[in-house]
Parts: sequence; C-alpha cells; structure tokens
Amino acid sequence: MSDYRLVGKDFTPPDVTGKVTGKAKYAEDFRVDGMVFARMYTSPMAHARVTNIDTSAAEAMDGVVGILTADDVPEVEAPNAAILTNSPAYIGDPILAVAAETEQIAENAMAAIKIDMEPLPFVTDPLDSLIEGGANAREEGNVYARSQEGSGFRTIKWSKEQVDEFRAGKEPTGEFGSEWSYGDIDKAMADAELVFEEPFVTTGYAHMSMEPRTAMAYWENGKCYVHGSAQSQSFWMPGLARLLGVEVEEVVLISENTGGGFGSKIGAYPIAALPGWFSKKINRPVQLRVTREQEYYMGSARVGFQGWIRMGFAADGSILGSDVFIIEDIGANATGGDASSAGGAISLVYNAGAMRFRGLPVLTNTTPRGAQRGPGQNQIAAVMAPIMDKAAKQLSIDPVEIRKINATNNDSLVYSDRRTVTSAYMDEALDKGAEMFDWERRKNQPRKNGSKVRGLGIGQGYHSAGATGFDGLIRITPDGKLHVHTGVGNLGTYSYASTSRAAAEVLNFDWEDCEIHRGNSENNLPWNSYQAGSVSTFAHTRTNYVAAMDALRKMKAIAADTMGGEPDDYEIDGKRIFRSDNAAQGMSYGAIAARAIQLGGEYSGQTYPDDINAITKRSVENLAGTGLVGVAKDNLPQEGVIPGLACAFVEIEMDLETGKYEILDYVGIAECGSVLFPAGLAQQMKGGAVWGMGMAALERHVYDPQNGLPANIGYHQCGIPSYLDVPSVTRTSAVDLPDPQNPFGARGIGEPAMGCSVAALTSAISDALDGHIFGRTPVSPDMVVNHVTGRDQSFLPLQTNNF
Amino acid sequence: MNPQLSRRRFIKAVIASSVAAASSSGIHSALAQDRPRGAVERLISLNINGQTRRVDVSPQETLAHTLRYKLGLTGTKIGCNRGECGACTVIIDGVTNYSCSTLTHSVRTRAVQTVEGVQSADGSLHPVQQAFIDELSPQCGFCTPGQVMSAVALLQENPKPTRDEVRHAMAGNLCRCGAYDHYLNGVMRASGQNS
Repeated sequence: MSDYRLVGKDFTPPDVTGKVTGKAKYAEDFRVDGMVFARMYTSPMAHARVTNIDTSAAEAMDGVVGILTADDVPEVEAPNAAILTNSPAYIGDPILAVAAETEQIAENAMAAIKIDMEPLPFVTDPLDSLIEGGANAREEGNVYARSQEGSGFRTIKWSKEQVDEFRAGKEPTGEFGSEWSYGDIDKAMADAELVFEEPFVTTGYAHMSMEPRTAMAYWENGKCYVHGSAQSQSFWMPGLARLLGVEVEEVVLISENTGGGFGSKIGAYPIAALPGWFSKKINRPVQLRVTREQEYYMGSARVGFQGWIRMGFAADGSILGSDVFIIEDIGANATGGDASSAGGAISLVYNAGAMRFRGLPVLTNTTPRGAQRGPGQNQIAAVMAPIMDKAAKQLSIDPVEIRKINATNNDSLVYSDRRTVTSAYMDEALDKGAEMFDWERRKNQPRKNGSKVRGLGIGQGYHSAGATGFDGLIRITPDGKLHVHTGVGNLGTYSYASTSRAAAEVLNFDWEDCEIHRGNSENNLPWNSYQAGSVSTFAHTRTNYVAAMDALRKMKAIAADTMGGEPDDYEIDGKRIFRSDNAAQGMSYGAIAARAIQLGGEYSGQTYPDDINAITKRSVENLAGTGLVGVAKDNLPQEGVIPGLACAFVEIEMDLETGKYEILDYVGIAECGSVLFPAGLAQQMKGGAVWGMGMAALERHVYDPQNGLPANIGYHQCGIPSYLDVPSVTRTSAVDLPDPQNPFGARGIGEPAMGCSVAALTSAISDALDGHIFGRTPVSPDMVVNHVTGRDQSFLPLQTNNF
Repeated sequence: MNPQLSRRRFIKAVIASSVAAASSSGIHSALAQDRPRGAVERLISLNINGQTRRVDVSPQETLAHTLRYKLGLTGTKIGCNRGECGACTVIIDGVTNYSCSTLTHSVRTRAVQTVEGVQSADGSLHPVQQAFIDELSPQCGFCTPGQVMSAVALLQENPKPTRDEVRHAMAGNLCRCGAYDHYLNGVMRASGQNS
C-alpha cells in the first residue's frame, strides 16, 4: 500500500451518484428548442455506386425539414470513412439523412426516397478476396496498408494452391504487405529443441457500447455545439473541427458521460459531425439518434485475424524464435494496425529471442473496424496461451514455469527496435496468481467426472500503457479550493477523477476541497490524451503532477515575495503555506490565490509556458485572473516502452456432451505499477475478465457471404456476456510495485485486463481437451462436440465471419 | 432461488403486458377509425412515480419513448429498443418490465416507477443506489438505471436473496463494461448481507 494520502486509496468519483439516480446525462438525453430529428438512409448493398437520388416525394411530405446527402458534406478519399457517401462499401454505410419534426416522419420520408444503385462485387472473408479471381472490397484494390512511409491501395492475389496450403496450416507463401524482424529467425528455428506451427483465426466482433453513437448539434454565435458520445474529450477537438470544416475554437463538445467506448469512440468519428452539417444547412438544431441496429451496421468492430505462427523452443523452455504471419480483416475503411501490434505483443510478453512478423491487411465489405480493447494484443494473447501449454507439455515443464522462463522483466529488450521497458514484473504477477489460485494443488486434482472434464488455464495480457507530452491545468481560488481541469474524457473508467487526485496529493489538499472541471470544452480544459490505449493513468498522473508542481513553485515564490525569505524556506500542509522554521508565519491557500490574482503574470495565468498546446492556451487565457494557475506540459523524462501487464488463472468445467463449459474460478492479477485507485482497478480487471470470457466463447461477426448481410445486429445475436455467462465472483489482485517513470509509480491496465482473460480461457479449453488447439476464437459448443465426436467442423479451415 | 421473482416470472410479466398492450392498441386503432385522419393521439393520465402525469400518447408509442421524450425522465435509457439489454427497465405494479417493449397505453391503470422515483421523499438515496455507490458498481453508467430498477424490484419481493438468486433476477440487464460482479456486490450490500 502506498504512503500517499489520496493516491492508492479508494474514493467515490463525483459522477457516480448521477449514474445511480438517472441524473447523469448522455448525448441522447439533451433536447433544445426547435430541435429536429435526423434519420439515416444506409446502404442496403454491400458494395455499390449510387447513380441517382430522388428525394422530391420525401421533401414534399409534411414535417420534413431537409435532406443531407454526400454532396453536402466534405468528400473523403477512399478507404477513409465519410460522413455520407455515394460509394457505399458495406451494408449500413450511410448514404443520406432526412431531418423532420419527428423521428416517425423522418422514417416515413425515408420510405419515399428513391435511390438507384449499381451493385459492385463484394467480399466478407479476406481469403475469398485474396484468392485469384476473388472480389475486391474496393474498386481501388483489396489491400490497404497504412504506414508512416506512405499509405495506399494494392491488389494482392494468391494462387488457389497458396490459399489451400495456408488453410492446411502451412507457412504462407503468398505476397504480404509489411514485415519486420529482429535476430536471426532461421538460426533460432534450427537451434530449437522443439518447433511447431499453428494456424489461427480470431473472428472480429462489435464493440457493443451500451450507448449508441447518438449526436446532437446546433450553431450559436458562430460556434457548433456538439453533444456527442465521446470516449475522449480534448483529444476529440482537432478531429471534430476538421470533420466540421471549422477551427478548433469554433467547436464546443459536450460529453459529460459516455455509455462505453472500448476503442470505438477514441477520436471524433464521421457520423458525429453529421448533425453539425445538417444543422448548418437547415438552421435548426439536429439530433441523430443512432439505433442499436445501426450501431451494429456502422458502429465499430474488432479487426479479425487469420494467421499462422511457428514457434521454436529450447529444451529449457525459453522461446528462441517466433515467426508469425497475420492477415487482418480491416473492413471497408481500412482501420487496422492490430496485426503488427500483435507481433509486438509476442515480442514483449514472451520475450522471444528472434522474431519475424509479416502482415497483410485485407479489405472486406463488412462493418467498420476500429481499435477495440487490446487491438491486436488481445487476439494474439488468445492464440498464444495454448501454444505455451503445448510447449510446456512436450518439454515437461510446468505451464506457470514456462511462462516465467519467458516473462519480460526489467532488463528485457522488446519490439523490433529492441527498446527497454520502464519496468515489468510478470514473474511476480504469475507467482501471485499461482498462489491465489492454488495452482500447485489444483493441477494435481482429478479432472474427469462422467461427461464433465475440468480444464485449467493461464493467460497473459499486455498493452502499452502510457503516453507523454500532454498538458496539466489546475487552479487554486481565493476560497481555498483546488480546481482540476481535465480533458481526459469519461467513458466509465473514472481515470479522469483518479488522475486528478495526483494534483491534490502534491498540494496536500483534502479531496473535499477539490473540484473537477470536465465534460464540456467550454469548461476550460487542457490538451489531454485520448481516453484509450490504457494511457490515461500514466499520462495524467504526470500532467496533474507537473501542473501541481508548477502551482507549488508559484505558491512558494509568492510566499517569499510577500513574507520574505527564499521560496525553499516554505512548505505546505494542505490549507496553508508557512515557513519551515516558523509555522506561525504563513498564509492560507486562499490568501495565496488572492495574492496571485493581484500579482498577475504567470501566477494567475496572464502568461503561460510556450510549449503548451493551443487548446490549453485558450483555456488558460479564459481562466486568467481567477486564481493561482498551475499549468505545464508533461516534459518529465520518459524512455522505453511503458507496459501494462496482467495474468489470469481460470478453472472451467466442460461438458463433453453439450460442448458448453462453466467457469468455476477466475483469478486476475494486474501488473500496472503502483495501484492508483483500488476499486477502479478491480473494476477494470473484472470487466476485462468478462470481455475475455465473451471473446473466448461467444462473440463473433457472422456474415451471409452470398449477400454481404450481417446476421448479428442485436445483443444476443452477437453474444454479449450476461450475468449468467460469467462467474458470480471473480477474484483480482495486483503486484503493486512502482514504475520508476511515473511520479506515483502507476501505469495503465484496461486492455491487459481482458487479454489475460481470453488467453486463460483458450488455455483452459485446450487443457480440458487433452491439449487440442482449436486455434480459433470464439470456441462455440458445436466446435467442441464436433471435436470430441471426431466430426469435421462446419466451416473451412481459417474461414472467418462464418455461420 | 426465489420462485416469486424468477427470470421466468419476469418474462411472463413482459408477455402479459404485451398481450394487454396488443388488446389496448386494438381498441385504440378501432377508435382512431372514427376520428379524422391524423387525429390518433390521445391525452391520457399515467401514474408515474406516484404522480399523475397527463400526456399525449400515440397508439403505437412505447413507455420508454413517453418517459424519455414527453415526460423528461431521461434516467430510463434506450440501449437496444428491442427488449434485449434492460437499460430501459422500469417497475410496473411491482414487477420489472422493459419499457421499450411496453406500450404506454397498456399502463394507464397501473403504477409505473422509474429510476427517478426510487429515492425517498426526502431525497435520500434508496439502499440499492447507496450500495451501488459504495461498491463502485457502475462503470459507464448507461445500464445503471436499469440495474437499479431490477435490484429494487428484487429486494421488494425477496429482501434477503442469495448471490445466485440476484444473478438470475438481474440476468435481463446487460452491462457491456462487465461490471456484473460489482453490481452483485451492491445488491448483496443493499440487502444487508455480505457479498
């Protein structure tokens, strides 16, 4: 446990009460005078060209206020997502919108619109596009690689033999899109005691945030006010302004609460700008209420993998080499990068001696993809766990031990550029998990009981968990209160609040004397990170630390200026600043703030550092003269990869007659540096566990390959886990060792919390089936029954998005 | 498990209300035929959180729509609008219902309780609400009002449920954040039991 007063301690984040009383407002809860309702006409075809739009009958209907088409919004170069398009590339791609006095009128008007479309070839499985003669998801090509060196379309085709060999689990010989490596992979495999290859599929699936991406907008005094469902707050601003075609200062984003994001709402997405454009056109406030079905069609989904991996192990269990090839299903808008991240995760989590990664991002006419909780890292975590078990079994090494042998530690070098890590304690996490789970006892227990068999699994999760260079902004007012301005965003992790406490900690404030300003860009917020990528804990304990240190420096300078002596002669106790050698001589925080206002200049924000972001500068200018202002960019030293790590132990009981399994016990261990907010950490670890359970067993896209239709556009079709799909109790803990590159020792955890879970489950499933590796997520009961009874699976090897 | 408030009973209640809804909407469509075209809306009285609310309601309107968009009770959330997620859960005559799948006309003679109506008259939080705060049950919070309503209804019928009974009673409320464990802790705490 920490020695801090606030950091590392539980508290009640200020927004929780609103959530339990129903007073917390989300984008759809706002209504303004004169507001009209927009509904979208979305593509009924998986790939097409719109040749004619006739809206005359709809426009003549009573209550219809206007129509917005692709001609009214900025054109976007394919494959990037447009607000509206005349070249739809998946079923549900938005083509136009109708605004009306009621949603019902808008919906009726939709039926009166005539759209002529010319169908184009389409594809829902990357391998069906890759094979000679297969359709391209875009007219420009079937592969789109994004890289810093340049992004662009390509057309890559493999021969039927090459696809067949890949399906048969052999090393792919077809062309790929990108490659990186380190070490000598051929030598590593030659030196290895044990080498084996595994094909794998991880099917994509929807983010399924509970709040659909509804947005409402209106223009007032030259500014566009947007009520949006945003994962991040300040980080949305540049993108939202760009989408609306205005300057950042001409946009106001209100997003006090967001009903989940999980990567699907990190930056401003095109549809969030639709009401703004519509409102500009018809001069009325416009709300676009996105339905659950639409959320599935055009929301966001995880990238799918079809891959092959070869692993080489030494006799002592250490991984000498890892050679991985991943085809990623990047949908029609080419959002990916998961595959290379998966390669990075192999490098980091398993400390592979030599490594080669080859990737091929293939476009499909399926729902848009986006970063989803552990994008890449969590897919590969699921793939790797049973492979580690297989190696352990063949080398007669304990499954915990083989993971410890390969665990990243403080001395590891990771990724292709062989970077250091800030700190890593996977060994300790595995030890802690094994102890809590009672691994030694359980591994020797009888496994079979009639048709039921128990399986034990161990999983490891990883995501880089930090960012630097963002700004902190705080204020002490003459009433003696601390105001922390945060632009982190609020999607439910409470990191906006837990990181704000870093400033209070530095200045010794009682939490009751602190107020957090957030949720509306007019609340004078600083430039803060995306609320994603597990970064906010690391990034914003640092920004609030540097802002508080700036305030402390100013407090001491004012004290010395007012009461004599040098700044270093003074110290603080949370209410007063006073001389170290004479506590009686001092000033209250309120008096110091009042004095800061009198003095002006940097003390009250009239001047500020040059290196802060323009968004922070505007906020400081607005706040100038209202108190003692602490503002700074996070320039603290930072070197190496900042890992968020986790491991999990699970026991399942699988019924071989039904193929279903029950999770009997789950232990998740976080390795996220020092614990910042214990209850929040437990929530992330347990919520992440549920996500992993969903990915392992339930969640997947299903497409009708004949028509390109998504078959799952409802929660239960998509397999979201319910109370009854997960254990009633999940146990979690943390290693709780400080990271040296964070002032409070903290790193992030949101994504590894899931990766360790899905991996533990694929490991346990394999264990229950005597080491059989499906190499696929999700593992559905029919797959288990087919395996147990020796039947063929109902799908082709490596098929994806299938029934 | 408490047979009084099983998942089955919950489903039965939903079905019963749909039957009622179907029959009442039949009456209204019949009445509507006697009125001029377009004049299908009716001013009706609803008992919401113990108050009588007069509101214009069209025949096909759902209770979730009426609550949120006509009565300003936006605590009731619409997550799916198709009877799957439970974010719109309200209590009708003591039984939880999905308000997205309940026609407003079907509740005219019944008592509807929403999340805005579970606090005491003096404004103090319901034990379920307080326990959800103490256990940090919500994450994003979008499903929370529905979770609150299911838990309140459960504890009315079964003040000392087992954890497994809670799990079954709440199974109609999805939470994508996966905060189930924390919600279960909250309900157990609200019932005065150790989780």
